Amino acid sequence: MAKKSYRQALNEAIAQEMRRDPTVIVMGEDNVGGMGAPGEDDAWGGVLGVTKGLMPEFGRERVLDTPISESAFIGAAAGAAATGLRPVAELMFVDFMGVCFDQIYNQAGKFRYMFGGKAVTPLVIRTMYGAGFRAASQHSQCLYPIFTHTPGLKVVLPSSPYEAKGLMTQAIRDDDPVIFLEHKVMYDDEEDVPDEAYTIPFGEANLTREGDAVTIVALGRMVGFANQAADRLEKDGISCTVVDPRTTSPLDEDTILECAEETGRVVVVDEASPRCGMAADIAALIGQNAFDALKAPVRMVTPPHTPVPFAPELEDAYVPSVAKIEAAVRDVAGYSR
Amino acid sequence: MSQPIQAITMPKWGLAMEEGMVVDWLAEEGSSVEAGQDILEIETTKITNVYEAPAAGTLRRRIVAEGETVPVGALLGLLADPAVADSEIDAFVERFNADFSVKAAEAEAASPKPETVVAGDVSINYLRMGSEGGTPLVLVHGFGGDLNNWLFNQPALAEKHDVVALDLPGHGRSGKEVGRGDAASLTRVLGDFLDAVGIERAHLVGHSLGGAVALLFAMQNPARVAGLTLIAPAGLGPEIDIDFVEGFIAAGRRKEMRDVLAHLVADPELISRDMINDVLKYKRLDGVDRALRRLADSLFPSGRQASLDLDDLAKVSAPIQVIWGAEDRILPASQADSLPERIEVRRLQGVGHMPHMEAAAEVNRLIEAALG
Repeated sequence: MAKKSYRQALNEAIAQEMRRDPTVIVMGEDNVGGMGAPGEDDAWGGVLGVTKGLMPEFGRERVLDTPISESAFIGAAAGAAATGLRPVAELMFVDFMGVCFDQIYNQAGKFRYMFGGKAVTPLVIRTMYGAGFRAASQHSQCLYPIFTHTPGLKVVLPSSPYEAKGLMTQAIRDDDPVIFLEHKVMYDDEEDVPDEAYTIPFGEANLTREGDAVTIVALGRMVGFANQAADRLEKDGISCTVVDPRTTSPLDEDTILECAEETGRVVVVDEASPRCGMAADIAALIGQNAFDALKAPVRMVTPPHTPVPFAPELEDAYVPSVAKIEAAVRDVAGYSR
Repeated sequence: MSQPIQAITMPKWGLAMEEGMVVDWLAEEGSSVEAGQDILEIETTKITNVYEAPAAGTLRRRIVAEGETVPVGALLGLLADPAVADSEIDAFVERFNADFSVKAAEAEAASPKPETVVAGDVSINYLRMGSEGGTPLVLVHGFGGDLNNWLFNQPALAEKHDVVALDLPGHGRSGKEVGRGDAASLTRVLGDFLDAVGIERAHLVGHSLGGAVALLFAMQNPARVAGLTLIAPAGLGPEIDIDFVEGFIAAGRRKEMRDVLAHLVADPELISRDMINDVLKYKRLDGVDRALRRLADSLFPSGRQASLDLDDLAKVSAPIQVIWGAEDRILPASQADSLPERIEVRRLQGVGHMPHMEAAAEVNRLIEAALG
């Protein structure tokens, strides 16, 4: 087992599934790259290089460069999925999803239900999300609450390279449309990732730490931050459970509630905007179902409800930090009625 | 002329261990200890275990306090004769710590890494460590296990011997093709593996399913076996905790797996979060479910064990010892009763199905003793 980056882990998952199943295809803007420039094949592999190397192995018939028209190629991918292929479509930034929303929430997400269960739509839409890339408010949003809100879609937020490979393999083998969100500042994160193919089931949260003082529920990139905060707090005798739900739809309510009940003190960390977000959703879930076990109010650590700022100092202040998580946990741990 | 000072350092239990925490000192400063006496309890993210004095002497200094976490190789304490002056001890500590970062880096670079070899038609992952020469020791894990099950045994035994631990087909990082999935096909792979790594004759240590494989190999190839240590070996009687086998195959979630793994040990506290995670990671690999199903169907048809034919046991002239946990819930220790009297059976009290983890020091001593 070798150390692999988040980027390599994703690439390996897609390549292994393409080898295993000839119906798996890849499409998106510059997924190969260099079109029209003689001598430049496989120039890009997508804007951050995740699909690099796929075209030379699988050819242009299975690795398609598309025009910059999300509404066209996401619609094509949904149709291809409904008629027998397993497309993995890359929609560069989640921020651009707006132009093809009908294709996602009203078409791909509803085929199974509109055709009485006779149609399946094994579509994966890969997309980048999140702040920290100095890319301003149109290229830095999280937006997964919008897809989580839409029944018929599955929504995946891998928090590390190991998670990314197993969840991507599962996404490709899944018969429903999956929105697969990759945090753009995590592509070079590394950890041990098996060479063999493996799947991580959807709707099953992971516990990255186990403690008895406070439960931290964190999503995507925030899982790593929560772990760092937990490690610091452990030194002061505050031991935390860290829950990574892995998928926001389906959501592993059982594990979240069990962990909330065990400690009675909960902090939810989410990088998405706070209104109608996962933090509020999970806090409400706990408030409604685990109220009797709570020893303190559920605390949410989120950005303020503003567009992501462009000024680096402001952007850094915007994203939930390890220090903010730590402070929230201390607050909750020390709370008494 | 200064007296020798013996350093007690943080052991490396398993490939992934980088640091450990001193939970408890079991010997007082100034007390004299025997070689092999439990002097420390050490906790890693995977497991808690006792650490034995590497030599006899007086525990002159405890360097690391209870509750402190330090990297592998760090100085935990010192043994020396009471005649050794305090100043010498101080100088030793200073020298050790000055050299430590360099030594740790060198040790990391030199630490053995798993390798793969093709045995017959399946790729086998194995870890070889220890000194060249002498009859090698080969460690064979049980159903659902892997070479990391020997984390407390392989490094200790490797101090004096050439020790090889392998992942059986369908397990760990070996290929997931298990053929017919019976003891005979696994035994064939063991033979192919020994050929592939150039081991003509070995002392075999097998646990559970690995015990059945080692025993069958010895009966088929008596000349290739210098000795046998069978730890809670399979194949000696029909009874088996089939709920464990089926539960292990079915479990996909942490909680389920924790309950299943608790069957293995007398004290369920031994089953750590990391251990459960490692098993779940293994079970997610493509082909593992099918491999385990195949093995279970061949080895434990209708929930009973397929027993080994022991007619050829007389051909094995090499010494055989059997170690069994008295509280084994997977395979009852009474199954050893069917063995001929010449085979020594040691039942360990307060121990379940994993003596080599639950009572590692005792098992290591028994293996060492058998090696002469």
